Amino acid sequence: MNIARWLTVLWFLFAIGIASAQDAPVPTPTPTPTPAPAGPPPITVASGTAGKNYLNLSLDGLIVVGASTEPDVPGLQTGGHDPSQRGFTVQNVEVVFDGAVDPYFRGQANVVLQIDPDGETVVELEEAYAVTTSLPKGLQVKVGQYFTEFGRLNPTHPHTWDFVDQPLVSGRMFGGDGLRSVGARISWLMPTPFYSELLVSAQNAKGETATSFGGVTGDVMFGRPLDPDDVKSAGDLLYVPRYDASFDIGETQTVVVGASGAFGPNGTGAGADTGIVGIDALWKWKSARADKGFPFVKVQGEAMSRRYEAAATPLLPAETFEDHGTYLQAVWGIKPMWTLGARYDRVGGDVGDDPADPAFQPRERASLEGTWYPTEYSKLRLQYAYDDRTGLKDASSVWLQFEFLLGAHAAHKF
Amino acid sequence: MITLLLALKVVATTPEYGAVAAAIGGDQVKVTNLAKATEDPHFVDAKPSHIVALSKADILIEGGADLEVGWLPPLVEGARNAKINAGGPGRVRASEGIQLLDIPAALDRSLGDLHAAGNPHFMMDPANAKVVADHLCDVFCRLDAASCPAYKANRDAFAAKLQAKVDEWAKALAPFKGKPIVTYHPTWRYFAARFGLVSEVYLEPKPGIPPSPPHLAEVMQKMKEQHIGLVLVEPFQSRKTAEAVAERTGARVVDVCQFPGGLSGTEGDYVGLLDADVKAIASALAAAK
Repeated sequence: MNIARWLTVLWFLFAIGIASAQDAPVPTPTPTPTPAPAGPPPITVASGTAGKNYLNLSLDGLIVVGASTEPDVPGLQTGGHDPSQRGFTVQNVEVVFDGAVDPYFRGQANVVLQIDPDGETVVELEEAYAVTTSLPKGLQVKVGQYFTEFGRLNPTHPHTWDFVDQPLVSGRMFGGDGLRSVGARISWLMPTPFYSELLVSAQNAKGETATSFGGVTGDVMFGRPLDPDDVKSAGDLLYVPRYDASFDIGETQTVVVGASGAFGPNGTGAGADTGIVGIDALWKWKSARADKGFPFVKVQGEAMSRRYEAAATPLLPAETFEDHGTYLQAVWGIKPMWTLGARYDRVGGDVGDDPADPAFQPRERASLEGTWYPTEYSKLRLQYAYDDRTGLKDASSVWLQFEFLLGAHAAHKF
Repeated sequence: MITLLLALKVVATTPEYGAVAAAIGGDQVKVTNLAKATEDPHFVDAKPSHIVALSKADILIEGGADLEVGWLPPLVEGARNAKINAGGPGRVRASEGIQLLDIPAALDRSLGDLHAAGNPHFMMDPANAKVVADHLCDVFCRLDAASCPAYKANRDAFAAKLQAKVDEWAKALAPFKGKPIVTYHPTWRYFAARFGLVSEVYLEPKPGIPPSPPHLAEVMQKMKEQHIGLVLVEPFQSRKTAEAVAERTGARVVDVCQFPGGLSGTEGDYVGLLDADVKAIASALAAAK
């Protein structure tokens, strides 16, 4: 495996970056401008409170209430932050810390609290990472626990989603909590006239946030109990390359396209690997006279395909399973603070003929949502979904979601 | 060609900074604006193409009073350009050295979308544009000493042109001293303070909160009591709401903008924009007399 050499190169680049960042010229403080002669001179002061805290702090609460014709809500909803029962669910209460570490890094931690159906509070360290700010040549390195940059939705937090729940394909490929793990990622913003970025992540491959890979000891995948190996060589890590590019079409339209891969060992036995590949696209139109960002139309879709090598067990032969999933969604920002959206979801593929494991049967879902944002700090969303599942009853669900955000103003990525 | 290659690449968050930068930089700078003149500057998309522009920039000019807080941070992080990071040699906070109005005593969002640093629409006062012009001239000189005499000459020319216009504008608005105006958002506070108008009535009940029928009824009541005959509206704000209020009060709707290019014929021209704004406001005030 050349992966060890790869890692060495990565580390080397990182070290060079730090060194050259430290060689950068010391920025001179901005001189105080002279008062203007026009009219009474403005008083010269150091204005602003921005940057008076070392740490930005915010808290986001996401709560949902609703019902489904399916009593087994966790069997219907594949996301860890989806509604988990009829009635009320605390989807997440997310505490975010972020700020500049020093002139070379920005740090962020997202600590998530949830209340499970038994009333027990669960704490999750969703993300905690540092990212470089000053590497040369368009390079950037991220280190810590973070959402893997695979596709468009996986790296994002539930309160930024356009729907109450995650698409089926995310649950199928990455489990309830998304693909995230501790590791390091290097990215290169390529010197092209249009946006073009190449990223490679190396992360630990096991745990409940790497379900298609190592997974959790004792869990079952494709009929086989998982017993993930400890890392013995660089080949036992999860590698996630991604490329994305973006173009503007005139003043009002933007397109982003991307392709990702995730490759690593899985927990079914020695030598058994999983590979997931995906493509994603986003098109957005926003009015040139947008008021609070409205009106807009955005269409987003992702398609993923997984190849899972399941090792032999005393009862089962070695087999390779291939499955896939897609979602396509459109959201229309009708007028300031109002949106309407629709999403179509589908997962399927050759996953053996184990009827005892409905989680792996083909299924489809159609969802409709309408959202009202009283301000950018709160929202109220109504969603209807129809689930069509092979071997299980169809289900209709209605959810009403409420979000509130306290503290530092969240900045929105595109 | 050589000039083009050596030109300082300047990125401005909003077009009024871009216009002043172009006036001071002349041929020695190449200016890109992130926000469109016609869109709401509080809600700009953090488009990847903006990251590309920032990654190549020598200078980033931001207001620095939280107006761009919802979209600038991920762009700067994505650009990974040490020159324009906070504290970098090319990072310019235009509000530096300017006395901001409306600094909130306490940060409380039940009062609307307050900006901790104060009202960020300070460029509507031409005296503040002069401060920004001086600031930009200093930054350009520091980063490109060879062209410093040209920057200084441009700055002096801009200041002279602005001063002449300020006298003209003050004269045009002098007959309306103490007159109240209605605006959609507290965008015109600095403008009003400079030219002796009173800007205290807004269609928004609180900053950033959309107009509600009870609040509009209150606004119309005030307009009748105080004989306010005009409602200022910008390209991205709801003209329909302004028209409804104007119709019921016999006032007129005045199209104005805080960004060069938001009114036709003012593209890239700060002085031209303010000239158009002053003319529109003065003629509406005269008609409402």
